[in-house]
Amino acid sequence: MASDFLRLVDIEKQFSGVPVLKKVSLSIGQGEIRCLAGENGCGKSTLIKIVSGVYDFDAGSVYINGIQRHELRPVDSINAGIQVIYQDFSLFAGLTVMENLALNTQIEQKKFLVRRKEMREIAERCLAQINVDIGLDRLVGDLSVADKQLVAISRALVNDAKLIIMDEPTTALTQHEVDSLFEIIKGLKERGISTLFVSHKMREMLEISEKITIMRNGVIAADGDIKDFDEAKITYHMIGRNLDDVRFQAPAPSEANPLLRTRNLTRHGAFRDIDIILNPGEILGITGLLGSGRTELALALFGKEPADLGSIYRDGKEVRIDSIQTAMEYGIAYVPEDRLTEGLFMEQSIQRNMFATIYDRFVGSAGLLNLGDIDRKSGDMIRAYGINTPRYNNPVRSLSGGNQQRVMLARWMMTDARILILNGPTVGVDVGSKFAIHEMLREIARGGVGVIICSDDMQEIVQTCNRVLIMQEVRITDEMVTRGISDADISMRLKRARQESYRE
Amino acid sequence: MDNHNQLPQSLTSRLFHGENNLFQLAAITIITFVLMSALKFDTFFTMRNMTSMSFLFPELGIFAVGMGIAMLTGGIDLSVVGVANLSSILVGFMFIRFFPAEASPAVAALFIASMIVLAILIGALCGCLNGILISVFQVPPMLATLGTMQLFTGISIVITNGQAVVGYPPQYSAIGNGSIGPVAIPLLIFIVILVLFSIASRRTVFGVNLYLIGTNLKAAVFAGLQVKKQLTAAYMLVGALAGIAGIIISSRTNAAKADYGSSYILQSVLVVVLGGVKPTGGKGTVLGIFLAVLALQFLSSGFNMLRFSNFAKEFVWGAFLLVIMVINYYTNERRKT
Repeated sequence: MASDFLRLVDIEKQFSGVPVLKKVSLSIGQGEIRCLAGENGCGKSTLIKIVSGVYDFDAGSVYINGIQRHELRPVDSINAGIQVIYQDFSLFAGLTVMENLALNTQIEQKKFLVRRKEMREIAERCLAQINVDIGLDRLVGDLSVADKQLVAISRALVNDAKLIIMDEPTTALTQHEVDSLFEIIKGLKERGISTLFVSHKMREMLEISEKITIMRNGVIAADGDIKDFDEAKITYHMIGRNLDDVRFQAPAPSEANPLLRTRNLTRHGAFRDIDIILNPGEILGITGLLGSGRTELALALFGKEPADLGSIYRDGKEVRIDSIQTAMEYGIAYVPEDRLTEGLFMEQSIQRNMFATIYDRFVGSAGLLNLGDIDRKSGDMIRAYGINTPRYNNPVRSLSGGNQQRVMLARWMMTDARILILNGPTVGVDVGSKFAIHEMLREIARGGVGVIICSDDMQEIVQTCNRVLIMQEVRITDEMVTRGISDADISMRLKRARQESYRE
Repeated sequence: MDNHNQLPQSLTSRLFHGENNLFQLAAITIITFVLMSALKFDTFFTMRNMTSMSFLFPELGIFAVGMGIAMLTGGIDLSVVGVANLSSILVGFMFIRFFPAEASPAVAALFIASMIVLAILIGALCGCLNGILISVFQVPPMLATLGTMQLFTGISIVITNGQAVVGYPPQYSAIGNGSIGPVAIPLLIFIVILVLFSIASRRTVFGVNLYLIGTNLKAAVFAGLQVKKQLTAAYMLVGALAGIAGIIISSRTNAAKADYGSSYILQSVLVVVLGGVKPTGGKGTVLGIFLAVLALQFLSSGFNMLRFSNFAKEFVWGAFLLVIMVINYYTNERRKT
């Protein structure tokens, strides 16, 4: 193809003797939207870093606009018009939107003093390119994730980008925000700018991309037009085997009291008049847009940000949950949304991460921890939860997202929790691990635990939950049994709920 | 799935490959010792010098263990010396007013013992204030303890009019100047503290919790740890250690003064960082702090004997810290690749 903007041929890369990329070829045409898919550790990130010039390649060739590049340093890559938007966006949280957008140009021009007026012009032009309106004087640190991303995209465009590589751009976005991001990507395409979209999410890949490249274990597993692929096929190539479309059936609730029931539960400014019932062995989904109040509801049930009004019944008895400690006493566990900042102690060992909440159960004589017992139990838990690590003394940082989430599950299941609340349980987890975690949750529910999953991922909800609640503007507006419905049905109901609320 | 030999790492592999560079620090400490002994064999490598050193470094060492606890939680405690002075001044007042002139040995011992307890309690109380400011009122540790440092020092100045408190009973000075066999009592106290805290750091819930809190405060809250209580307890412990250091200082010098020993504050931060405690929290060992304080003492005694001016100590320590940091950078880089 003559119009390929970027062409990689038989790229090879080793890290200390271990091959990470094996004869990988990839091409991106001008104005093409391509999806790069693959599980964690398949070599996607390494490939991106070669394109952006962070890593050099051991063998193979790189062509940009048909011209072979023997060496690609970060500055060469930028000058060629390749811009990478990483998951953390690399923005300056303490500076304003304007400064984030315009400082680079000012620095490049080697200005000694910055000119506010010029900066404002540059910044306005930037945002206009993608038709968004964000206050130029707002601090980037105060923006929502979606707005930060827009700033990052428009900053990438400042430098005359020809190819924008987005690393998991939709991880923290709601459905609505994803839709607007896609509009922007399509707009870029019309201007001849190519996009390489790195993602785990099937629906998005199928919706936005024209071409898809799937990697597995450092080789290209499949490559072609998106219209030749469907979800099952993508999954097959990503993990090398087929996955069944499973549904979860909860046992019929017994006559006895539900595990958890709330009446008119309200926290001002967060959620209002929430009535939920959770039966033993049930997996209840809660979905809704950002700001719908679902995270706040989960935090209230866990005692982190307690409700102001209404009542909570645990096994039929009214209880007051006003701290995390009381929630734990009532057997409530919570796996937070953001593993990195709220869930895990990254530099600490896997063992310490698993035992953090229950160390006091291992205190022996003289008040000292029974390290032998803890070690033995660690080995058992690592096996039981299939955590892939040679040693439980390794830092939890060394694990993949899926394995980290297993550590979180192990931590809370060791507390003998009866109610397990998960917020975005498989965000940033690759497909194979995702299905394994879902199976674990089903298994946990089969043991009589009540599970609540807050999630944006409709497929996750239909496959793991037996019932789903839709939250909209701080209230529960809809309830569905997932049996016999598809993820698209829920998305539709969600969209409708949103439109209704707009009309009001 | 990999094989499941879930074996804990051996001690040697922890020392050699552990990220806290303990082995390296031990090597540096030994090299310093050997070098100083070689340069000044007749004066440095003598029993007399060893004994004299063993009276000097425990004070700094105890402050450093306290500072290490604060820094392990991701904080810092600048008020340690202020606490030490305040408690030794208050204890001094008690001695002047209530210590019987002709006390029998038993009465004297009992009185002194209760004064030691008092000093530790005063220290813990001061630390409690720090802990509450930091955990309940969310004042950044550096500001909270900067404030209380001024506060405690201010109280000391007011109650003493800025004068030194003198008149401790002679029996009391045995703590700071006496020795049991060849071992100086301050060193003995320091070693007991080291052993206790070393065990506590790995084998108590509280110890492990401090590592977790220091690594990620937010995650600690979500894991159900009682973060406020634990942080307050940690700062109380730092204060108590400062109280002990205050006892050793006042008994060694037979005096207490509001502004005594303020250079210990930053020196103890230096020891802690040198000892491999991560300044942002969550990582560090008592053994590392011990090795660091030893290395610094060897250096300053050695340089003293090499007829460098006494003022060179600050310069040498600073340079030493920087050199170690650069060495750490290179060894960590190599480990990565």
